Amino acid sequence: MSPDGAQDTAQQPLLTVENVSKKFGGILALSQVSLDVFPGEIIGIIGPNGSGKTTFVNAITGFVKPDAGKVTFKGKDITSQEPHKIADLGLTRTFQVMRPYYSLPAYKNLIVPLFSPRARRTGGWRGGGKMGSRDTVAVDILEEIGFERDSYVPYKVASSLPTGYLKRLELARCLALRPDLIICDEVFSGLSMSEMASMVPLIEKLQMEGMTLIMVEHRLRELFRLANRVMVLNFGCKIAEGTAQEVMEQSDVKEAYFGSEEVYEYV
Amino acid sequence: MSVETRRKERIDRGIKVRSDGVYAISSWREMSYLMVPRLVFILGLLVLPLAFYYLPYWQRVISIICIYALLAISFDFLANYVGLVSLGGGFYVGVGAYIAALCNTKLGLSPLLTIPLSTVVGGAICTVLFLPCLPLRGVYFAIVSLMYPLLAARVIEALDIFGGTDGIFGVDPLPSGWVEQYILIVSVLLFAFGMRRIVDEDVGLVFRGVKDNDQAVKASGVNITTYKALGVFIASTMGCLGGACLVHIYMWAGLSQFALDFSIIPIAATVVGGGGTLIGPVIGSMILVPISELLRDFGTLRIAVYAVILTLFIVFKSEGIMNYATRKYEQFERWVEI
Repeated sequence: MSPDGAQDTAQQPLLTVENVSKKFGGILALSQVSLDVFPGEIIGIIGPNGSGKTTFVNAITGFVKPDAGKVTFKGKDITSQEPHKIADLGLTRTFQVMRPYYSLPAYKNLIVPLFSPRARRTGGWRGGGKMGSRDTVAVDILEEIGFERDSYVPYKVASSLPTGYLKRLELARCLALRPDLIICDEVFSGLSMSEMASMVPLIEKLQMEGMTLIMVEHRLRELFRLANRVMVLNFGCKIAEGTAQEVMEQSDVKEAYFGSEEVYEYV
Repeated sequence: MSVETRRKERIDRGIKVRSDGVYAISSWREMSYLMVPRLVFILGLLVLPLAFYYLPYWQRVISIICIYALLAISFDFLANYVGLVSLGGGFYVGVGAYIAALCNTKLGLSPLLTIPLSTVVGGAICTVLFLPCLPLRGVYFAIVSLMYPLLAARVIEALDIFGGTDGIFGVDPLPSGWVEQYILIVSVLLFAFGMRRIVDEDVGLVFRGVKDNDQAVKASGVNITTYKALGVFIASTMGCLGGACLVHIYMWAGLSQFALDFSIIPIAATVVGGGGTLIGPVIGSMILVPISELLRDFGTLRIAVYAVILTLFIVFKSEGIMNYATRKYEQFERWVEI
């Protein structure tokens, strides 16, 4: 493993996944997958459809109980913990299929995370200390993530918002908890080119502010711009890990991802 | 085949839009637009016992309406805001009734003490007993919650506790008919408007989140079981209050207080009145319970009439009276050419 400046090898990993396995009936969805995530890193997870990316995320965040293996977050064993306890420790995630509370205005969608024990402990957004009205804090978070405050967008009903904003809303829901690690399950999918172009700097900004992210993605071009390291899954097994370039030069990755005969540019 | 060339368009009335925010207080017209329907409802309920002053039988019916209204609000809240379709109404009533009866006959507490006591203690007992089924959702929770009243009645019968099949006799009545009716009417008003307030508060949004998208709520670090339990506590409190009042009205606690009527009629009232409105269920009970009384002579044929009313509403006006009336009050409709 060759870190590329973003982290220090002497540092303790923030998240350690050791030999996690999961079977669904006879299908081995994850087989002995291990991963170390260091503070401040962006890790990309790629792999063809059905390779176990989302199961991996679910296994870490407690939505699926792994059959074997161990997950450690900030030195605490979180294997098979309840999802809300894991989120309470500061490990939160977005969902691939967005399900905002459609009938509510966008900013009201953030009331639930702001009402959570963790948000009450950590006290609002950035400023720390006592929280103001949750509505104000919610609009602040939305502004931070690209909802223009002066427009009416934060106050619009979620069902009337385009996909780009809904994806940001998912991310905002995570940020409201002031987490230490966010796992983004395909935040780029379904976005237009311009929406993606504005999402990339947003994530860069989060990293610069010290956030650690794991990004599960199909959009390789954007992901490779962001990720410090990339892990490749295929049929539930980890087949490669390293920088984007290292990974893409491996022949089995090319084979798994692009087919065995012709190699053509994805995107 | 005819092609539809026009459709109905619904537009908010000007006065509705003007009275949406704080601007409503700028004129009497806007203020009365907001206040008149609420005042009609509140004053209407408060005047009911006076209106039936010379008809003592119907005064008793008012009390029964209020008990069903409490149960219907509790069903509406659990089903439409917490996502738990609960058929445990009979259980809530039974628990509240037995606690009130026991406190009154064994401890000698006055009805004015037993009612609040059994409301809170009964709510707590119901919540603890429902804890194991809270992970269930939808129809599974409905089935299990339906078992509770049946089970409780059989347990009391089999073990011959709390008076067994005879029940508990000699419960004190409430001081007067007026107290009885106004305790219930005021509780209905407090719960109806209180619950409407709660579901719009932050905690209410968490409840709604549990209903709409429990995964996102979990990922937000909120324990959904806690909020489901809180929801069941609030709902069972209403049922227990109804049960405690019922026991002092009949001066007797018995197995019939676990009857399925208390589970089923509130659902019918919610469908007729309009689910999700929390006021609709009260209106629904005010329609269904008197009909049921009028049809008392026909015996079990009442159930058939109920079934017909329910079916008609589900087929033709599934939104319910309250949602329909709100829409008419707030919006006007017109046909537009496509």
